[in-house]
Amino acid sequence: MADLSIEFCGIKSINPFWLASAPPTDKAYNVVRAFEAGWGGVVWKTLGEDPAAVNVSSRYSAHYGKNREVLGFNNIELITDRSLDINLREITQVKKDWPDRVIIVSLMLPCEEKLWADILPLVEATGADGIELNFGCPHGMPERGMGAAVGQVPEYVEMVTRWCKTHSKLPVIVKLTPNITDVRAPARAAKAGGADAVSLINTINSITHLDLDQMVAFPIVGGASTHGGYCGSAVKPIALNMVAEIARDPATKGLPISGIGGIGNWRDAAEFMALGSGCVQVCTAAMLHGFRIVEEMKDGLSRWMDEKGYTSVSQFVGKAVPNTTDWKYLNMNYQVIAHINQDDCIKCGRCYVACEDTSHQSIAQLIDAAGVRTYEVIKEECVGCNLCEITCPVQGCITMVPQDTGKPYMNWTQDPRNPGAENVKVPETV
Amino acid sequence: MMIESLKYMPHPKEANAALAEHFTDLAPALNARKAAIESSRCLYCYDAPCTRICPSDIDVASFIRNIHDGNINGAAVGILKQNILGGSCARVCPTEILCEDACVRNHDAEGQPVKIGLLQRYAIDNMSLDEHPFKRFPSTGKKIAVVGAGPAGLSCAHRLAMLGNDVVIYESREKSGGLNEYGIAKYKLTDNFAQKEVDFLLAIGGIEIRHGQTLGGNVRLKDLHAQFDAVFLGLGLGASKQLGLTGEDAPGLLAAVDYIAALRQADDLSQLPLPSRAIVIGAGNTAIDMAVQIQRLGAEEVTLVYRRGFEAMSATEHEQHIAKENQVRMRIWAQPQQVLLDEAGRVRGMRFEKTAIVDGRFGGTGETFEIAADAIFKAIGQSMDQTSISDPLAKTLKRDGDKIYVDDQFRTVLPGIYAGGDCVAPGQDLTVQAVQHGKLAAHAIHEDLKSMTASMTEASKVEAA
Repeated sequence: MADLSIEFCGIKSINPFWLASAPPTDKAYNVVRAFEAGWGGVVWKTLGEDPAAVNVSSRYSAHYGKNREVLGFNNIELITDRSLDINLREITQVKKDWPDRVIIVSLMLPCEEKLWADILPLVEATGADGIELNFGCPHGMPERGMGAAVGQVPEYVEMVTRWCKTHSKLPVIVKLTPNITDVRAPARAAKAGGADAVSLINTINSITHLDLDQMVAFPIVGGASTHGGYCGSAVKPIALNMVAEIARDPATKGLPISGIGGIGNWRDAAEFMALGSGCVQVCTAAMLHGFRIVEEMKDGLSRWMDEKGYTSVSQFVGKAVPNTTDWKYLNMNYQVIAHINQDDCIKCGRCYVACEDTSHQSIAQLIDAAGVRTYEVIKEECVGCNLCEITCPVQGCITMVPQDTGKPYMNWTQDPRNPGAENVKVPETV
Repeated sequence: MMIESLKYMPHPKEANAALAEHFTDLAPALNARKAAIESSRCLYCYDAPCTRICPSDIDVASFIRNIHDGNINGAAVGILKQNILGGSCARVCPTEILCEDACVRNHDAEGQPVKIGLLQRYAIDNMSLDEHPFKRFPSTGKKIAVVGAGPAGLSCAHRLAMLGNDVVIYESREKSGGLNEYGIAKYKLTDNFAQKEVDFLLAIGGIEIRHGQTLGGNVRLKDLHAQFDAVFLGLGLGASKQLGLTGEDAPGLLAAVDYIAALRQADDLSQLPLPSRAIVIGAGNTAIDMAVQIQRLGAEEVTLVYRRGFEAMSATEHEQHIAKENQVRMRIWAQPQQVLLDEAGRVRGMRFEKTAIVDGRFGGTGETFEIAADAIFKAIGQSMDQTSISDPLAKTLKRDGDKIYVDDQFRTVLPGIYAGGDCVAPGQDLTVQAVQHGKLAAHAIHEDLKSMTASMTEASKVEAA
């Protein structure tokens, strides 16, 4: 089986699966259970200055799918509500008992250098492998000038990062907030401040759903609610994009990334890594299923690596980055057309109505004398949008087949239909 | 009562309460959780095959989506809009050959169909409407007579009432509901559901039911034709077909439907006459209902005899399975030859002739065997009640085979007289089909009366001019 061990910004880990800073890593009991289950590392739930934060009840809510599977998850929990002292003592003990496992300590403090200078030696003394700066928490803390309130201001990100690099020898991972227009700005700032890595995404401001009888959103705290931090499977597409944005930004290229956001299985992890994440952090999936899921994640990832001939994780980290580009560099002459495998078709008509009502009217409903329906692609009308493939309940029944147009690669910058074509330079690599 | 001919027989051994346990819901209802899981399996097909095949045009995909979205009332009204007897149809429809057979999830790769029948029942059983979901249109001033308070007649009456007409139903039996009240196995329609459904249907108003009114008896079609603006005949098939053997009227030999009706109406099941060995002749759902019910009452040996093979049975595979599960013995490829009587002239069994298809032709082989039995139940099909047909005007109705001829608007050859349900030719003799006939006939009647009124108004205008 493939070797899953990694080295991430100088930190060695037996596998790339870490638990993200969150409720599962709030105390020694959970972290020990996680290590027993096989997790490579944890980011200890965010420590702050005493007195410790105080939490409300209730704290979590969820966005459900058709079968009540949790698609997305949201919480309004603050950083650790246990004292700094007890956290530091537990971290020290766990690290001593589990020397081969990674412990990163998440930190959040007001933007005062002295506070950071005071806490960093205490953290370093625990034997922890690194620190993660929580510039992402979207609820409660920003109102106090911390979390996302810092993460949204690149100057603050750079400043605090620099303090940490000044007052500590530990690797510094800057955790970014997605609640920002362009995630590249704080990433660049982190790098400028000397960050060893970035991790992303933190949670997204959200309201999952409402109680329409009480007319209040969830989670309900005594008849009222507030926006929470969204995570879980639903945020994965957003997180992947942000990871890719940073991975392919010339200003941050090569900066180690710890991928976070909706990772629930080996495939999710492999995708984050292919887009440039050197390791991944998991939280919601563990909260929904328990720590044991790491077993299937490790097994799946290494079997896939075996199949593909990868002997180490580093061989595929970032491999999809060069294939992620700007719209304008996509090949205008590439063409796919939908194909329906009639043997697999169960004749539900979903592709037909989707295309007929909302797309390009390129699927025909043929009705024979016996009233039997057949759905067929009208090739001349199909623009290759994928909608039919997406609506089809049978995986693999509708496929998008590349067509031989006989035309060479031509992107929008070269396209004569582009009024500004001459002004755009063709990049060297695509 | 017709089962007088069994009165010399013993009664079931068990007490009524214990027997009642054998007649509880055959297919228990879905709870909310199961309904949620099952409804989530629906793919919400476009031009859905389940909807296309539903004889009463229920928009299946739509009501299932409503169930899934927590809109139970919306689901129920969506069903009732097309099929006012949607509750009983959910229970008695052979969904295994209709919607569930058409479900795309029946595809080889998909496993099993969505449990559409149970979901329909869930919607109807769990609706919580503050008032009757259908309002009557402004009065048309028209009065229509409906003969028969079975599914076709009730459906027709309800739709006519909804369209603003007044309706009088003439029903020969004590209760309304027809087949649902008298002819379906007790375990398929429990808790007096048939009656409750009729009560719900009548809540729309404008419908009067007169019981003890028999066409060809105390009711004459000619009078109805004269007194009402239109007449709808939902006569059903009240009479059992005959075997055509000597001894057919001997004590111990009777129509299955008569016993089923008695069982359905019995307040005390332990007072029913119960043969210890019974033969049921036939292979439709009535035959299965009969065989299974008598077995559940405590008969020791029930043999269902059919002259052809399993594949030719009109009872669906699902029904045959119920029979097997209930230890009903099935003898195929055998036809009745002689009723065997004891010294007292009562049934003691039947001699059958083995049958076969030789050179493509079905027939007896000459080889015979006997089955001893204390009672024989005929379930070889139903035909129209001779009483109804003896009505002088009804006699003149054009026939199509042994049924009443109607055009595609359910008009008989006599203007103003319509018919639907099992007494007319088109269709599959299913409750759901009868409901659809009644509904469509109501629309046809309503439209015909409207255009007649319009042309009369035109005519009077012309006269006035």
